[in-house]
Amino acid sequence: MYDKGKIIAGIVIFLILITFPIWYLTAHSQTSHVPQLQAAAGNECVESTSYMLDNHMKLLDEWRTLVVRDGNDTYVASNGQEWNISLTGTCLSCHNKAEFCDQCHTYEGVTLNCWSCHFAGY
Amino acid sequence: MNAVYLVFGIIIPYAALFIFVVGLVYRIVRWASSPVPFRIPTTCGQQKSLPWIKSKKIENPYNNAGVIGRMALEVLVFRSLLRNTKTELRRGIQKLVYKDSKLLWLGAFVFHWSLLIILLRHLRLFVEPVPAFVISLQRLDGLFQIMLPTLYITDILIVLALGYLLLRRMAGAQLRYISLFSDYFAVLLLLGIALSGIFMRYIFRVDLVSVKELALGVLSFHPSIPAAGIGLAFYVHLFLVCTLFAYFPFSKLVHMAGVFLSPTRNLANNSRMRRHINPWNYPVKVHTYQEWEDEFREHMKDAGLPLEKE
Repeated sequence: MYDKGKIIAGIVIFLILITFPIWYLTAHSQTSHVPQLQAAAGNECVESTSYMLDNHMKLLDEWRTLVVRDGNDTYVASNGQEWNISLTGTCLSCHNKAEFCDQCHTYEGVTLNCWSCHFAGY
Repeated sequence: MNAVYLVFGIIIPYAALFIFVVGLVYRIVRWASSPVPFRIPTTCGQQKSLPWIKSKKIENPYNNAGVIGRMALEVLVFRSLLRNTKTELRRGIQKLVYKDSKLLWLGAFVFHWSLLIILLRHLRLFVEPVPAFVISLQRLDGLFQIMLPTLYITDILIVLALGYLLLRRMAGAQLRYISLFSDYFAVLLLLGIALSGIFMRYIFRVDLVSVKELALGVLSFHPSIPAAGIGLAFYVHLFLVCTLFAYFPFSKLVHMAGVFLSPTRNLANNSRMRRHINPWNYPVKVHTYQEWEDEFREHMKDAGLPLEKE
């Protein structure tokens, strides 16, 4: 092998870069961390759990449009029940931001812009 | 059914990563074992000679600094692609026309940088806690804040760039003639990965918490298929990525490593300043004229032949 020093240095740099997740995980020892969602205080959500799991971001986006752009602050759920459209008033009256929202969002590195306007102290 | 998930979720990813790492190191060692006896850099500018003749330090590097500058520009911005030209027979003027063709550079640049950014963005699924630079990169990439989930600029760019690189091969007769299976396969595979990822993000959505659970399990060498299960779209995307990783060392895609080992790029053009000795030269047994004359001096003297040394 020619230029042994340079080649081995290059291979070592490549291996360090490619195994970055492995040693980063080892350094932080967070491999088995799973989001722990706290059960909500209320009895029922606006829509079913499976619907909310998939579409909560779409629902909140729709709510934002209804209130801010159309001036309509009542949401009629699929079962006909009416809800006051309010993130802090309705959603956060049952769910806790730190123990519910942030659990998955932090875990997945999701960047959202709810809290740039809404008070996040709930 | 469990066994199928085991194969596609755990065994194939491990195998693909193993083939990728070992294969790439093997290729690098193979390249490094081939001697490069002569300096063969491609020179595109004035060589360094007399102090009053201006030389091009990067186009025709004569020392390590020049080579590093040249390599850095090649690796980071694909500078040599800017020299791409195309030849056309213009029917109207009945002439062969040569002209600059910078679109290839643009396509390659956009594709490679998008791929890098997308790869770094994926770190959010591979490490816990998510590093701050990944979050910043994600914010920057989703700058437009349109659509739900946020549309990433690189997702659009990579599809456009790969689409162009594919159409480019198919549109021109000359390029189509020299394009081989492997040329199409690499582009189509990357396009498949990009599109399957985008479809997974917007249409066939999967549970990301389970995805990360699987990824962390695999990377910490305690793999398990998440109990909640992950949608089929994820396995399609993952399998295509594994195919890419496993195919990598055997294909033209190894230019990722090969670009650093290109003798036409990584050598300084200093043949006229330093003597480079062929590494496979072995000591040749020589018999000089002086020695030969010493050996036959008496016979030559007797025969009356002229001698260099009496």
